[in-house]
Amino acid sequence: MLAILAQAEKTLFLPPARSTMAGAHDGLYNFVLWMSVFWLVLIAGLLVYFVIKYRRKSPHDKPVGPTHSTAIELGWTLPPLILVMIIFVWGFRGFMNMNQAPNGAYQVLVSASKWNWAFTYGGGENDGTLHVPVNTPISLVLTSTDVIHSFYVPEFRVKKDVVPGRYNKTWFQATEVGEYNLFCAEYCGQQHSQMITKVVVESQEDFDAYLEVRGRWWKTEKPVDVGKTVYKDRGCAQCHSLDGTAGTGPTWKNIFGDERKFVDGSTRIADENYIRDSILNPGNEVLEGYDNVMPTFQGQIKDPEITGVIELLKSISTKYDGKILGEMPADPGDEADGGSGDGTQAQE
Amino acid sequence: MSVIQDPVKVGGYGGQQEPGGTNYINHSKGIMSWLLTLDHKRIGLMYMIAVLGAFLLGGSLAVVLRTMLFMRAAPDVAPMTPAAQDLYNQVFTLHGAVLVFMFIIPAVPAILGNIVLPLMLGAKDVAFPRLNLLSWYCYMVGGAFFLFVLLNGRLDTGWTFYTPYSTSSTTSVTAATLGAFVLGFSSILTGLNFIATIHMLRPAGMGWFRMPLFLWALYATSIIQVLATPVLAITLLLLAAERVLGVGIFDPAMGGDPVLFQHFFWFYSHPAVYIMILPAMGIISELMATFCRRQIFGYSFIAFSSIAIALLGFLVWGHHMFTSGQSAMTNAVFSLITFSVAIPSAIKVFNWLATMYKGSISLATPMLYALAFIWLFTIGGLTGVFLGALSLDIMAHDTYFVVAHFHYVMVGSMLTAFIGGMYYWWPKMFGKMYSEPVAKVAWFLIFVGFNLTFFIQFIAGSQGMPRRYADFLPEFAWYHQFSTVGSYVLAIGLFLVLYNWVHSLFAGRKAPQNPWGGNTLEWHTSSPPPHENFTEDPHVTDPYQMHAWDYDESIDGYVYDKAKAIELDQQSHH
Repeated sequence: MLAILAQAEKTLFLPPARSTMAGAHDGLYNFVLWMSVFWLVLIAGLLVYFVIKYRRKSPHDKPVGPTHSTAIELGWTLPPLILVMIIFVWGFRGFMNMNQAPNGAYQVLVSASKWNWAFTYGGGENDGTLHVPVNTPISLVLTSTDVIHSFYVPEFRVKKDVVPGRYNKTWFQATEVGEYNLFCAEYCGQQHSQMITKVVVESQEDFDAYLEVRGRWWKTEKPVDVGKTVYKDRGCAQCHSLDGTAGTGPTWKNIFGDERKFVDGSTRIADENYIRDSILNPGNEVLEGYDNVMPTFQGQIKDPEITGVIELLKSISTKYDGKILGEMPADPGDEADGGSGDGTQAQE
Repeated sequence: MSVIQDPVKVGGYGGQQEPGGTNYINHSKGIMSWLLTLDHKRIGLMYMIAVLGAFLLGGSLAVVLRTMLFMRAAPDVAPMTPAAQDLYNQVFTLHGAVLVFMFIIPAVPAILGNIVLPLMLGAKDVAFPRLNLLSWYCYMVGGAFFLFVLLNGRLDTGWTFYTPYSTSSTTSVTAATLGAFVLGFSSILTGLNFIATIHMLRPAGMGWFRMPLFLWALYATSIIQVLATPVLAITLLLLAAERVLGVGIFDPAMGGDPVLFQHFFWFYSHPAVYIMILPAMGIISELMATFCRRQIFGYSFIAFSSIAIALLGFLVWGHHMFTSGQSAMTNAVFSLITFSVAIPSAIKVFNWLATMYKGSISLATPMLYALAFIWLFTIGGLTGVFLGALSLDIMAHDTYFVVAHFHYVMVGSMLTAFIGGMYYWWPKMFGKMYSEPVAKVAWFLIFVGFNLTFFIQFIAGSQGMPRRYADFLPEFAWYHQFSTVGSYVLAIGLFLVLYNWVHSLFAGRKAPQNPWGGNTLEWHTSSPPPHENFTEDPHVTDPYQMHAWDYDESIDGYVYDKAKAIELDQQSHH
């Protein structure tokens, strides 16, 4: 039902409007669209009319027409001038509204890396999809751990570049429950076109329940399953396979217990600490044959989630014949997460 | 060159040739007589071969990337492999870099400007012929860097080289930036030469306001080339320094600011948009006057609007960065100035339309391109109004809406003006006429193909399709397939143009001195012109007073009545 409704509101030119800012945007868009149609029809119409009416009758024609008229030439600059000034003011007002989040907006930290998104909420909860309550202003603080990305949700008419070394800000207020695509709009390398996730807009109750589960979700699953969920939801799958297939990054199959060789010639046995280091400081030891493209997950991933990944790696390695944890170890992970918890790594 | 038959006097009064009937093409022989030539016309032809080669390369890459997108739209394809994504990213990067730096920027000034500018001035050559040859060699060396990137390396940064991606990319960024750096010198030297030539070599009787409008446009273009290109050069050097020496300028990991790069880059690259479009507008002014066979309407408004566009063009670079996080105040100022550029652009369109009023409009091929230009430029300009408006740009930025917009302006408009200009001056350059029916069919394919390819992209972009995506969500598939089919029509049309040109060299009818009846000075010499352009000084009058040229059926061209010209000139002074 919802899908049908959304479909009905999509126009030829614009996707459905699902934020409080979309109405103002669409009003101006349609104004400029119809103004453009008017000028295009006028200009093309005159062009065709003149071509027909003043068509060359004979190569001997020596036509004479007006060569200038200051009054006309100044006169016809006025309509475009007035129109563009109206559009300028209209566009500027819309932009100022986009620029400044209302007081008391709910804040989410957005961290972008090649090629995934990480969202951190007030209680330190992390996720790879953005969950927000409906009809609530959401303010976003955006930063990048590597190159420039751009946060873009067409249904909300919102976009902001995500720049390393600075915090950009934007906001939106979703008006309808549903799932919307969240694109990276600034070219960021190989898998730029895969850097798409979802914004899940839900009722306040559902959102509260989501946060509650998100703060301890790993407790309810076996560590290997936690690892699988992290693999799927946090962008690991885009570069690493589980079945031995080559990708942008090394496959995870048979890593655990293997001797890894790095570009600087050194080697290291892949144990628990190696896995943890690779997730938090991937640039320190770059595997031979690969580029240093993996982003750091410092501050974006909890210790139990790393534990889950380690157990998953153990379970798919023939070089490991020890035990695999049956349940998450009790609790220090609740407090000591992988980094400072502010969603970014300080770049000093 | 056997293609040029004896250049007998076909133009009636004013026809000029050397004793023995040689022209600039067969004046001297041997490869070295070309590679070391100081003749602006020969340098223009050498530019033509090189620039059209770059166009063929960049255009082929466009067909490759549209085909890749078409294949992705098929429902049963497997997930895209990293290697396929790399390939797409490299193809769109080289497509943009080659076509921007090696085709769109140099095409009109370096080919048509080089050949026509001294002729329009009644001069023997440009002011600095050696510098002119050096600029061609700069172009070739810069092009060699890009060939290296194509054949031996890779480049995946987009033609914009945004940091810190370009700093960290393992591809041949340094080679490509050095290539663009050297190409920049080619552009600077050409601009410098044109400014000096227009100042110093105008003939007696040609004041600034008796210059053909193409020269006003080239003059405005040259100002931009000389003032803006050095900024790009130094920016690219800084980028290379960061990559090679590890100096932290743009990369925040080394204490730099990535947005600073965008400011530097667009400080050149936005004015560069006007390097592309201003000479194209100059061509359209010439075509409109000649094929309406009457005085251009509002000469001085058109001339000054070129200068206004060139100057305002320096002040709008920030509109490429509305989403970058620059301050709201900065955004507002850049948005306002961006809108101000719309006014001189609109003035030109209105003046061209007014020139058609009460004209005698011929639908010869160059005029068809001028009409196509007005359609494409109007769409390109009006969609620029969307992008100038801050709130609309936020939504459209880095989507296919922007891709469609700049292809309408930079490709549709510039390319149609360039091809129209090539057809217009082709008889002058080679002394041969092309096939008019073939040319009209090719025009139709190009016009239809271009609109099919790019109009749909406005809609795809408005619906939220981001640009530079190797892959896309299923709901965008049909836009991409539709666009790709259009691009094939466009490609066929362009190949037909090439066929027609080449065919005319071997089988074309001999061109009269003045096939169209234009009165700018290049029509006062033979087709093709002699080595030194004119054997006697041409008669300088108002460039758009064409009524002293009478049509002569026997040559299907126009002959000059000097007595009538003097009489008309005296009348116009009253």
